[in-house]
Amino acid sequence: MLGQSFSFAALASQFLVGLSRAMILFVVCAGLSFVLGVLRVPNVAHGALYMIGAFSAYSISTLLGSSPAGFWLTLILAPLVVALVSLIAERALFCHLYQREHLMLLLFTFALSLILGDLVKLVWGATYRSVLAPAFLRGSFPIFGSAFPRYNLFLLVIGPLVAIGLWLFVNKTKMGKISRAAAVDREMVGALGINVSWVFAAAFVIGCYLAGLGGALVAPTISITLGMDHNIIIEAFLIVTIGGLGNIWGALVGSLIFGVTQSLGVLFWPQFAIVFPYTAVVVVLLLRPTGLLRSVW
Amino acid sequence: MFKGVGNPSTTLRTRLVSHRWLWPAVGVFIILLILPPLAPRFYVYIFALIFVTALLAMSLNLTVGYGGLFQFHHSVFYGVGAYTLALMLTKTSLPMWVGFIAGPIMAAVVGLFIGWFCVRLSQLYFGMLQISLGSLIWAIVFRWYTFTGGDDGIHGIPRPPILSSSNRAYYFILFALVICLVAMYIIVKSPFGATLQAVRDNPQRCEAVGINVRRHQLMAIVIATFFAGVAGVLFVVLERSVFPSLLFWTLSLEIFIMCLLGGWFTFAGPMLGAAIIVALRTFVGKYTEYWTLVLGVILILLIFFLPEGVMGYFLRIGGSANRRIGESGKGAG
Repeated sequence: MLGQSFSFAALASQFLVGLSRAMILFVVCAGLSFVLGVLRVPNVAHGALYMIGAFSAYSISTLLGSSPAGFWLTLILAPLVVALVSLIAERALFCHLYQREHLMLLLFTFALSLILGDLVKLVWGATYRSVLAPAFLRGSFPIFGSAFPRYNLFLLVIGPLVAIGLWLFVNKTKMGKISRAAAVDREMVGALGINVSWVFAAAFVIGCYLAGLGGALVAPTISITLGMDHNIIIEAFLIVTIGGLGNIWGALVGSLIFGVTQSLGVLFWPQFAIVFPYTAVVVVLLLRPTGLLRSVW
Repeated sequence: MFKGVGNPSTTLRTRLVSHRWLWPAVGVFIILLILPPLAPRFYVYIFALIFVTALLAMSLNLTVGYGGLFQFHHSVFYGVGAYTLALMLTKTSLPMWVGFIAGPIMAAVVGLFIGWFCVRLSQLYFGMLQISLGSLIWAIVFRWYTFTGGDDGIHGIPRPPILSSSNRAYYFILFALVICLVAMYIIVKSPFGATLQAVRDNPQRCEAVGINVRRHQLMAIVIATFFAGVAGVLFVVLERSVFPSLLFWTLSLEIFIMCLLGGWFTFAGPMLGAAIIVALRTFVGKYTEYWTLVLGVILILLIFFLPEGVMGYFLRIGGSANRRIGESGKGAG
């Protein structure tokens, strides 16, 4: 309950746990934000794709075993499964809706999330699954006098790598530049002879790939179950909103706020830990209604 | 300029009575009135559930369809109404009718509070802030075991003696629904309703002619949340239990689908949508556990083939298409 006293060590280690949680949130939210920026659609199916990422990580890792090579392959293959699913959904259905009003696009992604959620139930069943991290990432080491899981340290390394990779992609590659241009003025990009439909497809698939990567990264830390999509999608929406819609760095800032307030909340008031991040979101939106960083639209 | 959609000089009474939907509606009402003794108990229950859900969907449509607001988390107010009544019936010894009045009022108060913050933002940000504030309330209800029962909810809520049998509950819900529908119809056709639709269609122009846009939007939210609270109260009368998933955002989106399915810009559309969804869930649920898959497929079919909803479709092929349907994008998007 409130009023407990905390050692600095507990605070610091909980802060680190929050940071590593924020890294997973960032990977997921960066994808959501990227899609939001280019397509201007809040992709409700993002959570379901994250769930598929986690479940395919389970299947692939049981197939390959928990050797280091198997782990790395899982991290590469599971998001690709998700990317493939999203590519099919995009080319078969979603791409025919780009001319329609926004609400229809949003509702389509909602329909997709319902369908994908039930397909996961169909394929993997309703039982709890878990993935074992490879030996070199198992266990924990002492930091600030308390144990810090190694896998969380791994996450703290991966998160910035994804951020840098995404930055390089968006700013340094032709594809990234085109997608940024399409976010700002899609008619002009089309007028320059670029196939905007395929730009959108690529952006959508890349965003969904990141959802899958988030799912694959989170797999060893939680029990994988149906319904994990519902929680992540609300969190991801809120993070993207407080960061500034479509702004990838905003997603990073938002993830840090959300992850850290959540893990510190566990320390202060375990029963209502879930309330802290939502309150943080409300406060941010009241102070800066359009997000902390500049949104792209 | 903003007096009613029809002829401004007609009185409210003539406008209501001259409406060509009135007699079919009365016919349906009479059929529903004689239903309980004739139909099996299960169907009476399903019909009552449809009434409750219909009222909820109709209340959402006041903000989404008529107000053009991104009311993304409407089920929170439904849950607040239901929980208020449930808590007052189980935790206090106040007369029972107090809870029945407190439920909708509490929902409207929460609606005022959340709406007050939300109307300052536009469109998607409005929806996002509402989701976050709504999720905050959901999180509190979900975790506060000692007060709200946490994720178990509250079960076995006593019903007032006058509503003791399921048939009596059915009639109570039916009459409450009819009263609310009449009230909503009057609101929609009132100068306020017309102004609200004008705000939806062109907020800038409304601002320019001196309409307080935000106050009208806030008013719409408060009215809609009040009716959502009524629906919540009726849900408790029907089910005698409450649980946190009443406030979860998936329910909000499901009501959204009901409005879309029935037709955004028709008055009775959401009611039809709610009836279709509840009936489908009941009967599809008997055969398969993959109800959400079915719902998703329905939604995709709707988006591709019937974007103006079932009611809108019938109005269109009936040659009396609502003038809004053709440009529906502006209002909602």
